[in-house]
Amino acid sequence: MIEIKNISKSFGNHKVIDDVSFTLQPGKTNLIIGESGSGKTTILKMMVGLHHIDSGQIIYDDTIFSELNEKQMQEFRKDIGMLFQGGALFDSMTVEENIAFPLKMFTNLSDIEINERVNFCLEKVRLHDRNNLYPAELSGGMKKRASLARAISSNPKYLFCDEPNSGLDPKTSIVIDELIHELTVEFNMTTVIITHDMNSVMQIGENVMFLYQGKKWWEGDKQTILSANNKELLDFVYAADFLKKTNPNKNL
Amino acid sequence: MGFLFHIGRYFLLMKRAFSKPEKLKVYVKQFFFEVDNIGVSSLGIITIISFFMGGVITIQAAYSLTSPLIPLYAVGFTTRESMILEFSPTIISLILAGKVGGNIASEIGSMRISEQIDALEIMGVNSASFLILPKVLAGIFINPFLIAISMFLGIFGGYVMGVATGACTSYEYIFGIQAFFVPWKLTYAFLKTAIFGGIITSVAAYHGYYTQGGALEVGKSSTKAVVYGSILILVANFLITQIFFVQ
Repeated sequence: MIEIKNISKSFGNHKVIDDVSFTLQPGKTNLIIGESGSGKTTILKMMVGLHHIDSGQIIYDDTIFSELNEKQMQEFRKDIGMLFQGGALFDSMTVEENIAFPLKMFTNLSDIEINERVNFCLEKVRLHDRNNLYPAELSGGMKKRASLARAISSNPKYLFCDEPNSGLDPKTSIVIDELIHELTVEFNMTTVIITHDMNSVMQIGENVMFLYQGKKWWEGDKQTILSANNKELLDFVYAADFLKKTNPNKNL
Repeated sequence: MGFLFHIGRYFLLMKRAFSKPEKLKVYVKQFFFEVDNIGVSSLGIITIISFFMGGVITIQAAYSLTSPLIPLYAVGFTTRESMILEFSPTIISLILAGKVGGNIASEIGSMRISEQIDALEIMGVNSASFLILPKVLAGIFINPFLIAISMFLGIFGGYVMGVATGACTSYEYIFGIQAFFVPWKLTYAFLKTAIFGGIITSVAAYHGYYTQGGALEVGKSSTKAVVYGSILILVANFLITQIFFVQ
């Protein structure tokens, strides 16, 4: 379980995150949604320690992550896997080498064992026939899948995904969403997804948090989101004109 | 104040870069990769520049030393001194600041803007150490070898061109390059070369590591790496020369 307690963050005079608290459920896909510029990525980066928080606490199970020093944070991050928006695969390495990298760096596995683990991860993301390609030779969807394989290669307890569907066609987006959900259940990870894709919310949103202008505006799940009594949320959910016509609560 | 900020941040980054590696085996592999990347790939340009510059120094010396009181072997002597003391260590290092420094800054800068450095951090890797330490050590290690090759090729180029153009005879040139040889000048040259290797790689890595923005900023970081790397080489050259020669 990940607990976020009253965190705030400012860049200069601009307050990006304002006293936000929420809890992320273990073994579930937790979605943080919101418009562009609402502070989603900032929250994610604070949760993994890439941004420092100005105030508040980030607690992973029994560890107060936000109070760890740099060395302890580095050690703790070995339990974290992350799927970046652009994939962030290492250009100079093949898909296989990318996935093997954390294993070579932090385990004493033999080359054969590493190879087995790499093939296992590639099978999981259905990319086993692309192991010798370089990131530049992959499509957007393949890059995301390869990045996902790298993120799960070291058996993380927590998986963070930053806009996993950005730049992908709707069909590939569904494949990626299903894959993330499947892996979350199979490996019992606490998964956090940052997205503004309502398809993802309706497909895999087990715990959804809506962020608006740096504040937590609503929390619920995919069953309750469409009927929520919250103007800003519904403006976001029914952003497309044709969807507004399906809004059961037309007064909002 | 900006200047002091950069100096402080540079040393803090180097402190992080020179911390204990997570896995020595991976770093050693990376070190040899960088030796190849920084050193072997620069051999071509160093060979061409050193050979021709040695030749030009010889011809210019031969046609400048017109006094009958100056023996012709002074041509070989001048070429050797020029190559060993300044041309090879300093000018070749300045050229490498452009080639290698620009390359390192753009490589690390691109990794920064495409979140590859963040990916390393998330894995629990000390990104500063993994990306910078092998490069700096490789620069310090390989630069003296490159400069030794440059010295040899420059002196050889001087011989070939001097004899071919009739600027001096083979005997005079060979006598000249052996005359009044002081070995500690080589120590001075190689020491400053190793320092320049460290400056080129660390300054470039610093500018690449703190790149923010997009492709335009990667280009700017690359330019800054070359400009500041070159300036620091010249300042360090002055200081080392002062220390060695004023005793």
